[in-house]
Amino acid sequence: MTRGGPTGAAGATGAAGAARAEGVQSALSIAGTVRRGERTAVSVVEAALAAIAARDPGLHAFLHVAADEARAAAEALDEAVRAGNAPGPLAGVPVALKDNLCTRGMPTTCASRILEGWRPPYDATVVTRLRDAGAIVVGKTNLDEFAMGSSTENSCVGPTRHPMDPSRVPGGSSGGSAAAVGAGLVPLGLGSDTGGSVRQPAALCGVVGMKPTYGVVSRYGLVAFASSLDQIGPIARSVADAALLLEVIAGNDPLDSTSLDRPAPQVSRSLDAGVDGLRVGVCDELVDDTAPDVSRCVREAAEDLAKAGAFVEEVSVPEIRFGLSAYYLIAPAEASSNLARYDGVRYGLRVDAADVAAMNTATRTAGFGPEVKRRIMLGTYALSAGYYDAYYGKAQRARTLLIQAFDRAYRRFDVLLGATAPTTAFKIGERVADPLAMYMSDVCTIPSNLSGHPAMTVPFGSGDDGLPVGVQVLAPALEEERMFQVAAALERAAAARAGAALEHPPAARAGTGEDARR
Amino acid sequence: MSDPPSLGRDDVAHVARLARLSLSEQELDMFTGQLARVIEHARDVSSLDVAGVPPTSHPIPIRNVLRSDEPCAGLDRDEVLAAAPDVEDGRFRVPRIVGEAP
Repeated sequence: MTRGGPTGAAGATGAAGAARAEGVQSALSIAGTVRRGERTAVSVVEAALAAIAARDPGLHAFLHVAADEARAAAEALDEAVRAGNAPGPLAGVPVALKDNLCTRGMPTTCASRILEGWRPPYDATVVTRLRDAGAIVVGKTNLDEFAMGSSTENSCVGPTRHPMDPSRVPGGSSGGSAAAVGAGLVPLGLGSDTGGSVRQPAALCGVVGMKPTYGVVSRYGLVAFASSLDQIGPIARSVADAALLLEVIAGNDPLDSTSLDRPAPQVSRSLDAGVDGLRVGVCDELVDDTAPDVSRCVREAAEDLAKAGAFVEEVSVPEIRFGLSAYYLIAPAEASSNLARYDGVRYGLRVDAADVAAMNTATRTAGFGPEVKRRIMLGTYALSAGYYDAYYGKAQRARTLLIQAFDRAYRRFDVLLGATAPTTAFKIGERVADPLAMYMSDVCTIPSNLSGHPAMTVPFGSGDDGLPVGVQVLAPALEEERMFQVAAALERAAAARAGAALEHPPAARAGTGEDARR
Repeated sequence: MSDPPSLGRDDVAHVARLARLSLSEQELDMFTGQLARVIEHARDVSSLDVAGVPPTSHPIPIRNVLRSDEPCAGLDRDEVLAAAPDVEDGRFRVPRIVGEAP
């Protein structure tokens, strides 16, 4: 879809929003035209590369643009189409990858000095599946170093800027992918979500972002941060495009032993099903502590779902309140273990010293930025003798309590609704000096990582500052289909509200994928 | 159970050593203040009564994950070694490991 649609709300935010959405074709539409031979993948990729060249210098979403590889892949795809071969569900669709996803022969830095110049000897499973589906990888995007952060400011090469306001952050840690999709440089991006790193930047940039149930998408080739929390998820400009991308990357992978032994969830088929009779719990803890303009959007979203036939009621899940603390013990603990591998021996940076231990220390001291050092030390502390029971052990048990609380809530409700982030996009520099304030940016997204449940954000309205607000839909484990069903209804409601606000008759949006289906 | 201990400068110096990180005096001060605040915030977890609650280490329980025992190609040795900081005779090369002269 080219206008309105997923970010109909962005249209209501004025010139910036309109410019942002201009001329952006959906992944579904691109793949359709390329498959039918109406447009070449080469022309699609050239347009994306031109948009990146023109606009990324001001945005800094990309760490590496793979122009030559993208052109070659597009030519090969066009050749396949001409030869009559089926080119896949993402035929010719340009995709941006967060730079913690391994790409064979292409730099993969995690925005860290310690991996500068590293070219992995293999592709992540999601990258293999994208290529097999006909998608074209156009580049690697900026992130907080090793995905640790909520603003992309922890990148060793500097922050990505918000697509609508360069003085603000795009969120993080998948801020590069979210900004690239939000700015319309590419229709699809992949991020990783350990504590909200797909959903929070997607919300801030006014796009759709989704974290699957833990184990639905293979983590093979995702550089590990916190292994019991990490999931790769899609970023897109519409719910339908996010559904398409999820269906391509999901499904069992023998190379990841935490990958669930079940087929990819089918989520596209229920997007038009509506919410009549569904039970929606508006979660107090995901609304109460958010900024007034954000909580207003969540309430409006709940009202619209009720008008569409859902049974909507408020629910309290008090255990969510200690999620942040549990997360900031568990995630650093796992990170301190995972990042022990950066020892200057097998790949990446080495700073020479007289013996191995001194070389390890010199390498890690020079290679890691301050946030990564903070997390490694925090995790080492939480795991260390004498403190393990009081911190890591307690956090793991708190995690159980949170999961049990969600299970109770899901006996009464099909999905839960809340904010994705407590505020709209904040100013660059605003939270860097205060790590705890930065950690609070993830307070609404962290619970789903701890529970392993799926969650996604849909743009819904805008804040008092005119910047996008995301509303979050949470669902029980493996209920991705139901979650997408609700997300699609929210997307339609947001478009209707934006249309009404602009006094556009509904016909003005005719021709978008969404309306065509209705 | 008594309150968990607060985090001080010596603790930070200790964990930095364990994690093979070298900190300047100034960094030690900065990190101590920042980490102490996070640990302080974590009291809502460390003060929870969780007697009898089992720990969760993996959100979706799965067990005995096996794949078929079939030979397959590993990573190309030269390609892997090409990414290493230093190699010799097809192996990773590192500085002296123990304290003796080579």
